[in-house]
Amino acid sequence: MLSYIIKRTLWMIPLLIGISLISFFIMHLAPGDITNNEASFNPKTSAESRQKLRELYNLDKPVIVQYGLWMRRMVTLDFGNSFASHRKPVFWQVKDKDGNVTNGMIQEALPITLLINIIGLVITLALAIPIGIIAARKNMRWQDQSITLFNFIGFSIPGFWLSLLLMYWLGVANDWLPISGIHSLNYDSLSTFGKMKDLMSHLFMPVIIPSVTGLASITLFVKSGMLEVLHQDYITTARAKGLSEHKVVYTHALRNALLPLITIVGLSIPGLIGGSVISEQIFAIPGMGKLFYGAVMARDFPVVMGILSIGSVLTLIGNLIADIAYAWADPRVRRGVVKQ
Amino acid sequence: MNKSLLSKAITNPLTKAGFIIIVAIFLLAMLAPIIAPFDPDDINVKSILIAPSAQHWMGTDGLGRDVLSRMLYGGRISLLVGLVAVGIATIIGIILGAIAGYYRGWVDTVIMRLVDVMLSIPSFFLILAVIAFLTPSIYNVMIVIGLTSWMGVTRLVRAEFLSLSGREFVLASRTLGAKDARLIFTHLLPNSLTPIIVSSVLGVAGAVLLESGLSFLGLGVQAPQASWGNILTDGKDYIQFAWWLSLFPGLAILLTVLGYNLLGEGLRDALDPRSGSSK
Repeated sequence: MLSYIIKRTLWMIPLLIGISLISFFIMHLAPGDITNNEASFNPKTSAESRQKLRELYNLDKPVIVQYGLWMRRMVTLDFGNSFASHRKPVFWQVKDKDGNVTNGMIQEALPITLLINIIGLVITLALAIPIGIIAARKNMRWQDQSITLFNFIGFSIPGFWLSLLLMYWLGVANDWLPISGIHSLNYDSLSTFGKMKDLMSHLFMPVIIPSVTGLASITLFVKSGMLEVLHQDYITTARAKGLSEHKVVYTHALRNALLPLITIVGLSIPGLIGGSVISEQIFAIPGMGKLFYGAVMARDFPVVMGILSIGSVLTLIGNLIADIAYAWADPRVRRGVVKQ
Repeated sequence: MNKSLLSKAITNPLTKAGFIIIVAIFLLAMLAPIIAPFDPDDINVKSILIAPSAQHWMGTDGLGRDVLSRMLYGGRISLLVGLVAVGIATIIGIILGAIAGYYRGWVDTVIMRLVDVMLSIPSFFLILAVIAFLTPSIYNVMIVIGLTSWMGVTRLVRAEFLSLSGREFVLASRTLGAKDARLIFTHLLPNSLTPIIVSSVLGVAGAVLLESGLSFLGLGVQAPQASWGNILTDGKDYIQFAWWLSLFPGLAILLTVLGYNLLGEGLRDALDPRSGSSK
């Protein structure tokens, strides 16, 4: 198991190098260089800060040296100061003369996005697993067919449109739920319970909508995994020795059917992180997606590059955890009998 | 696509519905200049935010433009972006997948690692970052979506090539002295074409959804050119007193993507009955 983890971790190094190459390539896509007038519409970019950026990214040096220095930036997670706020994009806490601590921009935004996505993922799984099991057990009957139809709509509905409609219905027309931000104006004066309630009512729509639209693919995976397992010999054996259908499905079939789900959840991480852009923008949630969108619109390159790199590293870590969890859950992989 | 596959798939009512939806939407978009009742860019201050009526079936927007006409012309853009973007992705995927699957060895390793790297960068971030460094326009959107969604096709083509190149007819042709190009273009590629087409149909669904999202964020198709995504963006500011501006473009996107998904899944099922409707 340990050697598997070490091997799997070392495996990330070539991927990280690849990511650094691609992000370096993207930075050089801009006409001229990234500090060019054409590229930076940002009125807050002064000639001075542009010169600073040129020095920061060593644009006067040969390309290969630039790449080497860019690698060093990525390794130390130092992408330079944001044009707009002059704060560090990543994790650096900066203390000014008066002792006030300023957090890095991603440091503030990341926990919010992670919180929303983790709650959302839990809800998705909690709904998708039972629905998938029903679809598999009632295969080709009306239950399965209505789930299939629902899945097709889930695949096809634009999340931002659903968000707009629900926001209008629940927030504007009826005033049942707040429609923007994560706190009310009077948040600080509320009791602890009131604070929880306030946060939950703000997060309700941003969490529920992606969970519902993401339900389709997970449901399908549970269903097809379940169908495959239910046709295997050991299930026939379990039935033959007289186990109840309930026991066959939930103790024998379910475990093996759910194994591939670990990988699927791992693979869905980049989509979740990337998907946060639109929903955080609509609901004004100050997370990674909104930060990234703001940076893109302002051509705030240090922040764009910082988030792109951090987002990729997070994806790698997510996949790493998923693979290790898979190996832990599947004794065949754990003991090296079967290669994953 | 071989005809028997489509006719086999279309016996499924859901697939038939998907096929009809797609054909209808294409017809409407292509006939836009003939059937659109108004000029889609014609601003008319006398008819701002009129609710759907006999004259304006889908109402008018904040600048008095006829929404139905804009939807028809916007449909052309949305459909075009979807097709071209997937076309780019499919061509890149076929080339890279064919090289990796045919020549194997270190070329294969390099290409497949590139696929792994591309898959570990959150694609929506990647697309937005590239558009930030370029400028948003319909061409850049098509190119960027294409350049960031070729990985699935590459894996598919590679797997097809790997499994086909062990088959007797390929070995026979090779034994008769066929050159690489002949093997690739007359034997391997034609036999991999059906699964590629199926995955492309599903790819178009994703691309249409992606384009509408980008246009919704203001980073896709730029005004005054209409696309379903940016009609929706214009509409969201008026959602309280002009529901029709938000409802129709969303429904159009939903129907189009649904049509492609139904058709694609139906073709996949017809191709491989074992796959169920797993995605």
